[in-house]
Amino acid sequence: MATSRQKETDRAKLLTRRAVLLAGGKLALFSTLIGRLYYLQVLESDRYTMLAEDNRINLRLVPPQRGLIVDRNGEQVATNQQNYRVVIVSEQTRDLEATLNRLGTLIPVSERDRRRVLREARRKRGFVPVMIRENLSWEEVARVEINAPDLPGIGIEVGLSRHYPHGTASAHVLGYVAAVSEAELTGDPLLELPEFKIGKNGVEKTYDLTLRGTAGTSQVEVNALGRVIRELAREEGQMGRPVTLTLDMGLQRFVMNRLGEESASVVVMDVHSGAILALASNPSFDPNQFSKGLSAKDWEELLSNPRAPLTNKVIAGQYAPGSTFKVCVALAALESGLIAPTYRHTCYGHIEVGDLRLHCWKHKGGHGTLDLYQAIARSCDVYFYEVARRIGLERIAQTARRLGLGTPSGIDLPGERPGLIPSREWKLAVVGQPWQLTETLMLGMGQSYILTTPLQLTVMAARIANGGFMVKPHLARDLAVSDRISERSGQRAQARQQAQPESLGFSPAHLAVVQQGMNMVSNEPGGTAFSSRIKDKAMALAGKTGSVQVRRITMAERLAGLRKQEDLPWHERDHALFISYAPVDRPRFACTVVVEHGIGGSRSAAPIAHDVLIEAQKLAPPRSRQIAEAPPSRG
Amino acid sequence: MALQLDSLNQQQLTFGRKLWRINWSLLVLLGATASVGFAMLYSAANASFEPWASKQIMRFGFGIVMLISVALVDIRVWMRLAYVIYGVALVLLIAVDIAGVIGMGAQRWIALGPLQLQPSEIMKIALVLALARYFHSLSIEEVGNPIYLIAPLIMVLLPVYLVVIQPDLGTAVLILLGSGAIFFVAGVRIWKFIVVTGAGIAAIPVGWQFLREYQKNRVLTFLNPERDPLGAGYHILQSKIALGSGGVVGKGFLQGTQSHLSFLPERQTDFIFTMLAEELGMVGGLILLGLYTLLLVYGYAMSLGSRSQFGRLLGMGVTTTFFLYVFINIAMVMGLIPVVGVPLPLISYGGTAMLSILFAFGLLMCVHVHRDVRIGRRGLDNEG
Repeated sequence: MATSRQKETDRAKLLTRRAVLLAGGKLALFSTLIGRLYYLQVLESDRYTMLAEDNRINLRLVPPQRGLIVDRNGEQVATNQQNYRVVIVSEQTRDLEATLNRLGTLIPVSERDRRRVLREARRKRGFVPVMIRENLSWEEVARVEINAPDLPGIGIEVGLSRHYPHGTASAHVLGYVAAVSEAELTGDPLLELPEFKIGKNGVEKTYDLTLRGTAGTSQVEVNALGRVIRELAREEGQMGRPVTLTLDMGLQRFVMNRLGEESASVVVMDVHSGAILALASNPSFDPNQFSKGLSAKDWEELLSNPRAPLTNKVIAGQYAPGSTFKVCVALAALESGLIAPTYRHTCYGHIEVGDLRLHCWKHKGGHGTLDLYQAIARSCDVYFYEVARRIGLERIAQTARRLGLGTPSGIDLPGERPGLIPSREWKLAVVGQPWQLTETLMLGMGQSYILTTPLQLTVMAARIANGGFMVKPHLARDLAVSDRISERSGQRAQARQQAQPESLGFSPAHLAVVQQGMNMVSNEPGGTAFSSRIKDKAMALAGKTGSVQVRRITMAERLAGLRKQEDLPWHERDHALFISYAPVDRPRFACTVVVEHGIGGSRSAAPIAHDVLIEAQKLAPPRSRQIAEAPPSRG
Repeated sequence: MALQLDSLNQQQLTFGRKLWRINWSLLVLLGATASVGFAMLYSAANASFEPWASKQIMRFGFGIVMLISVALVDIRVWMRLAYVIYGVALVLLIAVDIAGVIGMGAQRWIALGPLQLQPSEIMKIALVLALARYFHSLSIEEVGNPIYLIAPLIMVLLPVYLVVIQPDLGTAVLILLGSGAIFFVAGVRIWKFIVVTGAGIAAIPVGWQFLREYQKNRVLTFLNPERDPLGAGYHILQSKIALGSGGVVGKGFLQGTQSHLSFLPERQTDFIFTMLAEELGMVGGLILLGLYTLLLVYGYAMSLGSRSQFGRLLGMGVTTTFFLYVFINIAMVMGLIPVVGVPLPLISYGGTAMLSILFAFGLLMCVHVHRDVRIGRRGLDNEG
């Protein structure tokens, strides 16, 4: 009994000893916990506090409003319009499809939109609104709002979308905005916002950074799923700066109307400042459809239209200048000193070069004996074959370059093409054959290899008209304000002064000869554009016609008798060109008209220039000009 | 002889005397600790008693009644029933494993009418009872003899195996460590523990092969939390951020951003300590640890105050298991050990856990109520 009790006591003692040991272990482990708590909550607290804030606070960008674009008279040509969108928050509706069906009875919802909404709603989190349709009419908005109780999860959101009040009339100047493509991402987080749009063409593209503005930020508290709990702070962004154009929307509209169905381009430019007053490429497209989203069918149609509505022909259409180039050849001849204005040459309707016979456009009988003035006025090919033969390719090409041909004019529009002034080296390198004498002769009437854009022809006309000064076309009214806003005003004023027009170094007397020739084109009987003369002397225009073959006339055809142009299919007819300026005595505006397949410059291009130049002078009476047309300053 | 008389009187306690001997202050302490849990559940539901706090309060109330009932049952009855309970728990464990095989997936629950029963929870208590009874019957010499250790080892390893294949690694570790503690206080030689621990470490590479992919991930993520910050490591990283950002005094009750903005996973169950430390800071964390320490002190006092080896072992087993729950849970949310699904006792939301903890405390209280009852080696009254 005693031993048993003794044993029991021993057992209890052993257990107590072990229990104390165990308690020590437990105490050690609890101390570890306390140490860890101290480490996390005291030593590392700052770091974790920051991480918790990072978790909780989400910085979101608030896209800025895009800057407005106005014309020279302050008329808005690109604005931001409220755009009503109907959206659905899938977690707020029990049956997504049923709700969509009910919505479909109120406003049209296409099957494609329906499928897209169902797909997006599955992919996105339940509280993220999915856009069903945008650009709702006011009536549709009202219909949805009235039925709101029956449409759980459906809501109306207001956004801003770009609107072009003049639609097709301004499309090629303004371009359009669209969603950012992968290649356009620059790392600017603003570009990654799903609904953000940037300028894709035209002025919208050139001045995108000016128009874009700066993004605001919104600090929101989010939970682990990304749901916004509340907004903590908000910093409004800054709306994009406005861009003022030199364009006269009234004139632009007039030009577009005047062109009607023609596939044509028209430019009106201030000969002193280079300010573009009208820049029209017809047919055009409606940029508003681009912001609303274009249907695949409409897009196909735009792409397959043979009159290329998406191409801005003024800057990207390259044509042989034809007889309009004779003003350049004449100037080159005078500058060379080899030809005097009184130089006379007799036209029998053709000229022989080796075995080849080159024809004048007036191949029956010819023009008879002409001096330089008359040769320009009547556009005698034979006279200019002879002039070109005498002065040679190099002099012609050099003068053409000085007049602004063969290189991009530098207008503030994307997609301008350079044209082409051929040279011996160029032909050997590209065509692989040496330059031929006949080609020099053909160049005398603007036809071999040479390519120009309507805008370059306008620059050429302006440089002749303004007395031989460098002039560069531009669309933004005051580049100093738009582009150089950050610079101090003193520098800006200085930049303005430096922008005195630079002389091209032509002799004023020689320019006067060419001007007189161009005057006779439209103001003397026998001139090729006499029928398009402006009868009001104060507004009179001077110009030069041109027609360009788009197909080669074979000898057999010539012998068989030429088919009438009207009998040819549209795409085989000659292009019609006309360069001009007005008024004759104090030139202000240069105007180029190119009518694709318009048969003849005097026939279809000159009448348009006639109307356009009258309108331009009516819209901008001479007195106000001096102030408005300060030449642009740029560095 | 007075002692003899006194103990004789203890053999047959009246119901009234038993009630008198219940330590009501322990109940108050349990209530205080559980109340911390109620407050946190109220906060977890964004200042609402629904859906967690109200249910938890009801369960606690029910659990306290159960605790008292368990305490009033004669300790010798528990001893006599020990093996039976163990056997039933074992059968239930096998049953869920079979159901799991049939159901093609992890299965830890048995549906008993409206009640969801987790056999591994029952096993934790059953094993403590069974081991206490077994070691109660061994003399010091017998405990020193390895042959006598074979039976209890089988008693431990059988349920451990069944739990591991469920697979529930956390519970398996908990059972192993809890049983080890009973072996330890029962007097098994310390060198034997060293040998077993050494063998266990040597077996880790082998055991690694048997782990499921997600279990391997948890361990790997624990060893290198940056390995997968958005996947497996996300929970523990968010938990550490919550703890750390709480600072010394916390963000304030109901103000935990990590918890309330759902960055913290399972804030009402396994990660509730994190939420407490985020909202109430290190001060709150230390207060809770203080409450737990007090409970452990009560457990030690009650265990060591028993006159029977069974009572002492049972008390120590219950106390140690309780300690292990607390330590493993808190160490896990602090990123000290890999993520294992162990709730924080008395605080985490969950019916089975709350009831089994209070049942265990009922046994502890039973040891206390019957502290002067002597039990013979074979479980017969006053045999010695």
